[in-house]
Formats: sequence, C-alpha cells, structure tokens
Amino acid sequence: MSATPVVQREITDEAIAAERIELARSWAQARGVIGFLSEVDHKRIGLRFIITALAFFALGGVLAALMRIQLSVPENAFLGPDLYNQIFTMHGTTMMFLFAVPVFEGLGLYFVPLMVGARTIALPRLAAFGYWMFLFGGVFLYVSFVLNIGPDNGWFSYVPLAGPEFGPGKRADTWAQLITFTEVASLVGAIVIIVTIFKYRRPGMTLDRMPIFPWAELVTNFMIIFAMPAVMLASTALILDRLVGTHFFNQAQGGDPILYQHLFWFFGHPEVYLIFLPAQGLMSTLIQTFSGRPIVGYAALVTSLVATAFMGFGLWVHHMFAAGLPEIGASFFTAASMMIAIPSGVQIFCWIATLWSGKVRFEVPLLYALGYFAIFIIGGMTGLMVASVPLDLQVHDTYFVVAHLHYVLIGGAVFPLFGALHYWFPKFTGRMPGHRLGMIGFWLMFAGFNLTFFPMHQLGLDGMPRRVYTYLPGLGWETLNLAATAGAVAMVLAVVSIVINVIVSMRSGEVAAANPWDASTLEWSTSSPPPPYNFHPATVVASRDPLWEDPPDQPIIDGIRTDRREVLVTRLLDAEPDHRYHSPLPNVWPFMTALFVSIMLIASMYTPWAVVWGSIPPTITLIAWFWPRRKEVDDETHPVEKARPRLDEATGPA
Amino acid sequence: MRCWIAIAVLLAASACERERRDFKLPNGEQLTQSTRLSQLQPGSPSQPMTVDSPLEHNAYALSEGKRLYSAYNCVGCHAQGGGAIGPALMDHRWIYGSRGDQIFSTIVQGRPNGMPAFGGRIPDQQVWQLVAYVQSMSGNVPKDAAPSRNDDMQAAKPELRREPKPPVQTGHR
Amino acid sequence: MIQSVLESAGIQAARVESEWWTIFWITTIVTVIVLAVLGIALKRGAARTDATTSHDAHLHRYIAFATVLTVVILFGILVRSIVTTRALASERVTDVMQIEVTAYQWWWSVEYQHPEPEQRVRTANELRLPVGRTVAIKLLASDVIHSFWVPSLSGKLDAIPGHEAVLWLRADKAGVYRGQCAEYCGFQHAHMAFVVVAEPPDQFERWIQAQRKTAEQPQTELAQRGLHIVQRSACVMCHTIRGTAAGGRMGPDLTHFASRSTIAAGTLPRTPEHVNNWLADPQAIKPGNRMPTLALSDADRAALVAYLEQLR
Repeated sequence: MSATPVVQREITDEAIAAERIELARSWAQARGVIGFLSEVDHKRIGLRFIITALAFFALGGVLAALMRIQLSVPENAFLGPDLYNQIFTMHGTTMMFLFAVPVFEGLGLYFVPLMVGARTIALPRLAAFGYWMFLFGGVFLYVSFVLNIGPDNGWFSYVPLAGPEFGPGKRADTWAQLITFTEVASLVGAIVIIVTIFKYRRPGMTLDRMPIFPWAELVTNFMIIFAMPAVMLASTALILDRLVGTHFFNQAQGGDPILYQHLFWFFGHPEVYLIFLPAQGLMSTLIQTFSGRPIVGYAALVTSLVATAFMGFGLWVHHMFAAGLPEIGASFFTAASMMIAIPSGVQIFCWIATLWSGKVRFEVPLLYALGYFAIFIIGGMTGLMVASVPLDLQVHDTYFVVAHLHYVLIGGAVFPLFGALHYWFPKFTGRMPGHRLGMIGFWLMFAGFNLTFFPMHQLGLDGMPRRVYTYLPGLGWETLNLAATAGAVAMVLAVVSIVINVIVSMRSGEVAAANPWDASTLEWSTSSPPPPYNFHPATVVASRDPLWEDPPDQPIIDGIRTDRREVLVTRLLDAEPDHRYHSPLPNVWPFMTALFVSIMLIASMYTPWAVVWGSIPPTITLIAWFWPRRKEVDDETHPVEKARPRLDEATGPA
Repeated sequence: MRCWIAIAVLLAASACERERRDFKLPNGEQLTQSTRLSQLQPGSPSQPMTVDSPLEHNAYALSEGKRLYSAYNCVGCHAQGGGAIGPALMDHRWIYGSRGDQIFSTIVQGRPNGMPAFGGRIPDQQVWQLVAYVQSMSGNVPKDAAPSRNDDMQAAKPELRREPKPPVQTGHR
Repeated sequence: MIQSVLESAGIQAARVESEWWTIFWITTIVTVIVLAVLGIALKRGAARTDATTSHDAHLHRYIAFATVLTVVILFGILVRSIVTTRALASERVTDVMQIEVTAYQWWWSVEYQHPEPEQRVRTANELRLPVGRTVAIKLLASDVIHSFWVPSLSGKLDAIPGHEAVLWLRADKAGVYRGQCAEYCGFQHAHMAFVVVAEPPDQFERWIQAQRKTAEQPQTELAQRGLHIVQRSACVMCHTIRGTAAGGRMGPDLTHFASRSTIAAGTLPRTPEHVNNWLADPQAIKPGNRMPTLALSDADRAALVAYLEQLR
C-alpha cells in the first residue's frame, strides 16, 4: 500500500450524481430481442437462472404429484409402468440437474458479486453461455418427454438397464445428453463464480472477511469442478456404448457395470453436497440477520464447509453397499459417512449459539431456516442409519431412503432456499414480500412436507421398495401411502400460495428500502433493486459485517473509469487492488454458440458424425465471440504501474 | 418457417413411432398365413396381397425381436446373422423374399431343407418382432430404431451401425 | 404375508433389527435434545431486549463440547454398526445348503444344488427353507441388475450380471415371508416378488423329495387335453415341465406349478380363476412382462388350467 500514489480528490454529492448517470449509461442493460439474447448483466443472468430453475421445480413437482396420485391406492391404473418409469426418472433428473444445481448457481451469480462488493461477475459472457446451455438442455428434456423419448431408467441410469441391450430407442441417450448440457452449464458457472470470488472482491474484503454465503458458493463450485467430470465420463461412455458399440460396461468384453456405478456416484454423492452446501451458506446468512448479531463461530463454519466438501468425495460407495463389497471397504465408507455428520453438527451448534445470544425476529425467512432444523436434523439422523452397512442393506432402495433423501434435500436445501428467496425478494423486486401469505405458505409447506415424507420411513421399514409403479393390496401400505398423497396435496397448495404471494407482493407490496431487514452484508448497501453498476460510491471494507461494524468514514474506492465498463481486479488473499479490467459488453455470440452446441449435442444422439460436422458452427461463433475489437484491446488491462486505482484515504461522501 | 414446422412434425412422428412400447399387437395387424410362395394361381391373375411389417420402426419391438432371436434359438442355425446350418441373414440375398409378410410366412410356415414351421409355437406378435429384427440384421430398418450391441462377446457390428444392404431376391438355388 | 424389517424371523434380520433399535433410540434422543436446545435458544433470543454482545468465548466452549459429544456418539454408532457387520459375516459357514437364485426380468428362478445333477430341484418365485439351517444363496442375474430382499430374513444383495454374489441366511421361525426385487429393473419391477416358506426340516425334506419327481400325469380327460395343448402351443418355447415335451428355459419351471402359492412372481394367489385370467391376458395384469398373449379359446384355456392345477 505504501507505494500507492494517493491522489486527493474532492468528492461531492454532485460529482457522485453525475458519475452515477454516466455509470448507468455505460452499464446499461441491453434492450430489444437481440439485447435480450445478448445480456451479460449478472443480476439478469442470475435471475434467469433462478426463475428457469424454479419453473423446472414446478414441473418436477407436477410429476411428483402425478406419482403420488398413482400410488395413493394399490394397483392403481392411473399411470402404466411405462409412463410411471419415465415420470419418476424425469422427476429425479429435473430436481437434481435442472433445479437444485442451477438455482444455487443463479443465486451465486446474482448475489456473490453483490456480497463481495463487485461491479459485476468475471467472464459474464461465459455465464450467459452457461445459462443458454442450461435452458436449452431443460427444454430439450421436456420436449423429449412429450415426444415419448423421456428417459426411463432412473436419474442414475444404471447399466445394463440403460445400456445398449436393455434400453431400446433414444430414451437413455436423452438422459446422457441432458447430463452433458447441465455439465457444461454448471462447469462454466462454477468458473465464473470462483474467479469472481477470487479476483473481484472489493478492497479490504480479505478472504476471512468474506460473508459465509460466498464461501459456500466458492466451496460448492470447486466441488462442481471436481465432481462433474466423473459423471460426464459415465454418461459419455454410456452413450458411446449405446451408439458406437464400445464396451465400457460390457462384462463379456472386459468392461464392468459396477464401473458405471462408481463413476456415477463419485459424482452423485458430491452432487448432494453441492446442493446442500450453498443452502448451508444461506442458513448462516438468515440466522445472522434475524438474530441481529454477527454469526458465532465464523472460522468453524467456513472450516465445516471446506471439510464437508473434502469428505463429500470420500463416501460415494455408501450408495453401493448392496452391490456386494468387501467388508473392510464397506466399513471404511461407513466411518466416512458418519464422519461427515461432524461438520454438519458444528454448523448447527454455531447457529443455535447465534440464536441463543441474539435478538431473534420471527420473520418468514427465519421460519424457513427453523424449518430446516426440524427437518434436516431428522434427515441427518436417518443418514446415520443408512451409513451403517447392516441397516442400509435393509432399507436401501426402499421408501425409507426416499424419506431420508427428501428430508435432507428439501429440509437441507429447499427450505433455506425458500427462506432466502423471501429474504432477498426486496432486493430482486424492490418490494417486501407479504407476511401473512408468506406465513400460510410456510406452514402449509412444513405440514405438507412432513405428512408426505414422514410416513415413508415406516413404509420403507414395512418393506416397500422404491421406484415401483404400484403395489399389491394387503401388505399394510395403503394407509400410509394415502397419507403421503394427502401431504403432497398440501405441498401443492403451499407452492400455489407462495406463487400468489409473489404476484401480489410484486404488484402491491410495501416498497423496500436499501436494507429492510437491517442486515450486515454489502448487497444491502445499494438500492433495492440494485442499479446495473451495483455500487457507487463503493467504500473499502473494514470488517466481516460492513453494514454493522464498518466506521462511517471508510475510504471510497476511486479511479475506476465510469465512461466504460471497467472493474477493479484485486488480489486473491488480501483483496489488495491489482489492476483495472474491461468488462465485456453485451454480445449475442454466447447465445449463438449455445444454440449450435445444443444442435450438435442433440444430433449426436442420432449419429456420431454430428460431433465432427456439428463442431464447425460453434467454432465459427466462438471466433466471432472472441473477435478482438480495437476499443476493447486498448482497454483490456492496465498493469498496476500504469494505472493504480486510487484509494481516497481522506474524503468520504459528505 | 414452414419447413421447420414440417421437420419438427416429422421428427415428432418418427419419435412416437419409434418409442412406443406396445405390449400387445395393435388390432387388425394379425396376418393369417396368406402370403403366397408361387405366382401361379387359379382363375384370373390378381395383385398378390402384401402386408408390411408393422413393427420395423419400433425400437422396443426390434429389441424384443433380438432377444427372442436368441431365446428361440434362431442362433442355432443362422448364428448371429452370418449363417451356419441355415442361410445368412445379414447379407443382401433373400431366398424366400425380404418383405415383412414374406419373412413372417417363412417363420410361421417353415421352409424346405431345415427351416422349421413355428406357426402355433410363437404368437403372432412375437413373430412380427422377429421379422423386424431379421430385417435389421441387414441394416434394413431405420438406424435410430435398430438395436445396438448386446452385453456379451461381439461377433458382428451392432445392427444400428450396419450399412443397409439392398435386398436381392435370389429365389431358391 | 410378512415383509417387514421390524418383524425379523431369521438370525440375520434379527441382528439388524437389534442394531436398528439401538440407533433409533440414540438418534431420537439426540434429535429431541437438539430441538429442545433450539427451542430454548429461540425463547431467549426472542425475549432479549438489551443489545447483543460479541463476546463469544463461552459460546465457543459450548460448541466445542457439543462437537466432542457428537464425535463420541458417532463413534459409538460406528462401533455398533461394525459389530453387526462382523456378526452378519460370521454366518458364512461352509457346510450349508446351497441354493442358486437367478433373477430374470421380472421373476426369480430357484435351483437347489446337489452334487448329483438329477437330484437338483428347480422351481420359481418360491423359496422353501428348513427352519434353523443356514443356507447360502448364490445370486445370479440373467439380464439387468436386480436385488434379492426378504426383509424378515436378511438385508438385500444385488444380483449383477457377470458377478456372483452369495447371501447367507437362516430362518428361525416357521412361516411365510414375502420378498421383493429391490433394484429398479424395468417395467415390472413392482411385480417382481417371491415367497419364502420356512418350515420344519422334515416337512422341507418331504417337499424337496416331491419336487424331485417328474410332473404328475394328468388323470382327468380335461387335464389330458390341457397337456396336449401345452405340447402343441407356445408354452413349450419358454417353460419346462419335466416328464413332458416342454423344455423351454426362458420362463418359470412349471413341473410342480400347483405346489406354489402364487403366480406371476408373487402377484396373484394361485387360484384356478387367477390362473385363467393370467392365461387370458397376462399383459393386462403385468404390462410389459415376457409372457405373450396367447390365442387360446375359452375351452382350451379351461383345459390348460385344469392341467396346471394338478401339477402338484
């Protein structure tokens, strides 16, 4: 810092107002159809991710409701086995790949830059490309479903059932290619978020001052980068086996169906955590705000996130206990699976301590966070049960596991997510969410959830296997199944009331101030909704909770151009200013690239040659995407020597 | 635009045809053994009645046909299509006709020099599945519906990668 | 019929059931305590009027204590689990009755092993076990992955094509238990059940002697006509009836069809009426199953039912 040439400049309110107008012009969001397709604004991309993912959540929920109708009575003729198998596969695939991962990706794209105090995300065009890939992948899946090419082998598509011999037609190929779509979308999203966190944090926000949610996003996105390639390998090998006739999973020719399971679960288990960890970050955010005090055990919480991520890669085999493993190996994975309860426990203890020593306000977002405790803890406990090999061998692939996974994923991820969506609703829309309807929505959701899934524990112990399209009367499963269906009805009503609340609040909700919940993180330091350039003026961060603890006369960050899209890049650990960088302008080529890549991926289900010829159009669009423009080249980077941004030490806003 | 819609409709239609899982033969497709082996007939000549295979576009039927081909021991004489005691099925030469109804009759009625008559032993639906599969062995079904490899030792290219061999009616030599 | 984890009737299931109750009570108590503490925290937090402090040292001590307690409890559960795992493995003795179970889409073939091939017994969808004797069940899969599961007797084990798996179990109580496929395996995964009959050893011995015989000769005229229909129709392509011309291996062995209590892999009780319905339209009862619809007249079907029903 000592070498920084500090140049004093008088900053007046008038100057700031003028700069804001100029910033609004340079960061103007795109207009028109072409503008819509070219959008690189991180808030719009993030919101598109979130809304699209919620739409898929609704579709997945409709499929779940259909399944519950089918299972409400034994030997029901509502859905036949063929359709039911497609529906349960679509439900799992949708919820895992088209809802849970993208929705947290979207929250990350929207809030990570705001929470770390940046103008925008790094690599915004890549993020746009990721969104289009995700959208096209989801649309592709549902169009296929309507055309009766919906996958029907479960969201895991085990071989040999999904393999070339037993999976006729193109259904399993649809699944394999959907994986490729969502893979690409998640991986590019992960890169964008990681780079944003590492390089775009506001000066003063050292890594140990970063809020927990960006930490959770950072950890999650590293997990994506390590986990996703395994399933990409599995799905590519699957489609090659099917289409080209390779022998990756053919026992007779040296392949192995178990290999597929290992590859799939090496991704599949971390997948659970990359849904769960961002939600843990949301929990910390909600608990802190509504306890009105800094979170207890910041270091322990961050360590727990990192520890969970590492351990999450060491327990995939517990999905395969019934496949017949050596005893000693199974015991290792039992121990690892139980060990992962420790970081979860630490986080729960920290949150309880925060509530214990805080000033609790029972707003709707906090209720969802409390719902997490009631539900997730039960899910965690049944998790310990299924981690034990002998118990797992009894309840594996039964409704007990269905109950367990929904307790963990709905309790552990969807409840915090809904809490966060209520919490950030004023930031998205500029209006407060309605309280009364919000309460109704929460209680319907909570009651409906437990009524749907709690009986399933008993059903599993009573011997009801998963993924059955019907069951025989007289096995004692009728009452509990009917109860579960009734619960599903309540959950549908809950979602309806939440949607009504959103519509009503957007139209006539109370107008929200910049920081309506009295929270501490930077996204609340700007208007609701934020302007396209996010912040101006931006102050240097001095603590973990800048809105609560930073002194009022913090220095303002100055010296970043306002007449074009320019961002300040900082150093990884200490967030010291490093250089200025030109943030890319809106550009339609990411959309075009996604379009052509999609065509290539879909066509390659029909002929391997599509990979060869289909790669030509994306190559052309990529060239157009990266075609240098003189104006951008000139401004691309400014080494520190040339233009070090000034930190105006003395003057703050009047 | 109209072209795109046409392509979409075509794609949709072929997908529906391909992906249906019919567990019973659609009514009206029952073929009573009416295919003639001889062109000579009493009375005035009339167009012979031909019936197309109802299942050759259907992936499920083709895979069932492939399963039955082994299960009913077609392999025993025709091997994996290369032929052994019986003639090859993956080449372009057809002794008793390559049309669906002709293959159907060959299976149901049997043929001289060793082909047993499976009539009454194999229900019509399964015969049609076998017919479709036999057509796929020489690449004469749509590639997106044709079966892929089995999970066992590979003797030949998977059916969906075989080049179509235009049938030549050789008759009995 | 019993199909419940919590109604164990065999040593393996009993071991798991006992572990279940241990862990169930531990986890229940932990859940109640955590939620109670949360409740108190909320009450305190909601009632607070003074400003909050950020002196958290004492809170950190509580968190550390709770974490250590968690580790201890988890270790206890782990030990309990490993003890059960070892106990389950101790059932692997060598001098046991060997049964080979092959899973097909969507039924089970059962073969009782014997050094002399002609003494082997093949049946389907029904497993008879002598009470108190450990049996080794060798699991094979003929097509896709299935999973063999009789909750009242033992945990499940996958049958994976190309792999061989062995399950040791012992029935300790006479009774009839239901088992079901537990790995998703296609259209009729839901109707891929089987029955396990545990009976006293002498009764079992009588049963297996009876099963070794060839099929009963039909006595009535109707049944004789039934046999005739079997031999001239599609039945022989898939089913075996020892002592007749039927020798197919694709479907369940029917030699002692009428000694079994269910048809269609545990889907329907074996009554003449159900057998008749099944023969009339198997695809209506189990859509997608491998039994094709046969073109049989009502009279032929009645004869067939009469024949099958006397195959004791």
